[in-house]
Amino acid sequence: MSAVLDIGIEGIGVWAPELPDWLAAQSMFVENASSLAAPPARPAATVLAPGERRRAPESVLIAVEAAQQACAMAHREARELPHVFASAYGDLAINDYLCATLARAPGEVSPTKFHNSVHNAPAGYWAIASGCTRASTAVSAGASSFGAGLLEAAVRVCGESEPVLLAAYDVAACGPLRDTIASRSVFASAFVLAPWSPRAVARARLQVGAGAATLAPLPSLLHASHTGNPAAASLPLLVALARREPVSLRIAAAPSLHLNLEISF
Amino acid sequence: MSHRIVPLAITAYTVTCAAGSGRDAFARALQSRASGLRENDFADWPLPCWIGRVAGVEAAPLPAAWAAWESRNHRLAWMALNEDGFRERALAAIERHGATRVALILGTSTSSIGETERTYRELGDDGRFDPSQRASRVHETHALGAFVQQALGLEGPCLTIATACSSSAKVFASAQRLIHAGLVDAAIVGGADTLCGSVLYGFNALELVSREPCRPFDAARSGLSLGEAAGFALLENIQVDKSAPRLLGYGESADAHHMSAPHPQGLGAEQAMREALARAGIAAGEVDYINLHGTASRQNDEVEAMLVARLFPANTHASSTKGWTGHTLGAAGIVEAVVALLALERGFAPGTLNARNLDPACGPQIRIDNAQCAVRVALSNSFGFGGNNCCLAFAAGTA
Repeated sequence: MSAVLDIGIEGIGVWAPELPDWLAAQSMFVENASSLAAPPARPAATVLAPGERRRAPESVLIAVEAAQQACAMAHREARELPHVFASAYGDLAINDYLCATLARAPGEVSPTKFHNSVHNAPAGYWAIASGCTRASTAVSAGASSFGAGLLEAAVRVCGESEPVLLAAYDVAACGPLRDTIASRSVFASAFVLAPWSPRAVARARLQVGAGAATLAPLPSLLHASHTGNPAAASLPLLVALARREPVSLRIAAAPSLHLNLEISF
Repeated sequence: MSHRIVPLAITAYTVTCAAGSGRDAFARALQSRASGLRENDFADWPLPCWIGRVAGVEAAPLPAAWAAWESRNHRLAWMALNEDGFRERALAAIERHGATRVALILGTSTSSIGETERTYRELGDDGRFDPSQRASRVHETHALGAFVQQALGLEGPCLTIATACSSSAKVFASAQRLIHAGLVDAAIVGGADTLCGSVLYGFNALELVSREPCRPFDAARSGLSLGEAAGFALLENIQVDKSAPRLLGYGESADAHHMSAPHPQGLGAEQAMREALARAGIAAGEVDYINLHGTASRQNDEVEAMLVARLFPANTHASSTKGWTGHTLGAAGIVEAVVALLALERGFAPGTLNARNLDPACGPQIRIDNAQCAVRVALSNSFGFGGNNCCLAFAAGTA
């Protein structure tokens, strides 16, 4: 249907309570290792200053942690990378706080919680922590947020012929929002994407195609917990990268549009 | 680092804001210096301040076919789609190019959170959403993109950009890249943001809301007035209409400084403006008009005024139009892109409404009064929380 975007994947990051990093993810996907004995409750997110790390909302911590891992693996300076942060829901705990506070006592809205409520809060904290003044984008596309974010990042990689950081994250719904938002888990992944070159750990030839993509089955250990989390749509790609098997993946980019990814090594 | 881009034709555009619905009404308000701001009469949220509320949204429900998408934000988006024949122009372009070959990229900051706020005020005794709201799809950021995609029958790339107050400026940049990559032939861009409790009380908590109508760049300015708006533009290859105004360039950057305060020297803003000029292939001296972010916050206006004084010659006409519209947040990018396009098309440069004595930081570029003048190249600045900056460059088409 259209042009092929030839992308190299240079770095990978992942964070979920049972998957604290890419090494753990590879163990789970390749050796079927079960989750860690004592999973960490919070990501380390060491790129953030200590005070910010203590106060940061969960969405910021997980997105920044995955982004930090991906940049380290790629041996790329974070400050040099334009970045795309993709999330369907942003920080649902802050939305719940804002709406509940407005219903009870609007004058008590916290200024910090308010400025942390913007969808680009993780991208903003990332730019501040990494000293990155390049283009910083935060996008959302519902259930297709990962695929739409991947397309935005890949088009930027090819258009500008330079590496781009993509981070995808979503948290669990809380409070009354559980009645309308299905996400029940916490998941983040990140990728450093660049024009394909031998320094990449994998090659992704990406094409856009008409028609929906149904989510590929997730690894059985993860399936139940992450089904409603839009960022977990990156799991089939993570599994393919861990197993290092050439594969063709269909990832939803919109309700009736998909990305076809030919992954090779 | 930034290379020149292939310009795109803006073959249709429209806006609906407090100062006017549609291009003609908005241009008349700009030329006659008629502000759209009013004392806050927004029923649910009685904060003492001035707002740029669009009249009639309350009495304009969505057509029955789209009832599931009911929210103030979608009502305003629908009103704007139907101004200036934009929806017909968009549907014709979709017919011409095919539904998969037209991208939809919209910006918003708070999307339909006003509807979520209302639902929280009406929770049942069990603390749960009213059953009628549980299937609603409006309670998420992408609701805007998803609604407009359905309303126009689009099947191509569809994205909501949510970078606070730069959102609906950045949509132009993403659309240009998609078209340049050959993935689509056209793009519908724009955005919508509506007044809600979160932004009124949130900006109030940050002590950024003025009790009087906002006075951008005035030495005695006391903060911003919040507003609401929706607008759209259709981007296509310049061969489609050589006389149409053009997207000439864009610049995107981050301050890497603070979540809610600008970099004190305007580092990120300067980078965005320089990138926009570089991608447009023009020098600062070729810019006739700049629509500034100019929120009337103490910090933004001081930093932006110093930046303009540093980068542009004295004869550049620069102004903030927030005194007409209020700060429309995620819609500010498209509203002020439309101001720039109107300036190019109608040969006038708006001044800065409500400013009386300019801040000493202002150079000769920042004007209080409107001017009748030929405008060949215009820039528009949009800066947001998270230190997120975007600058767009537009030019007149060829006769």
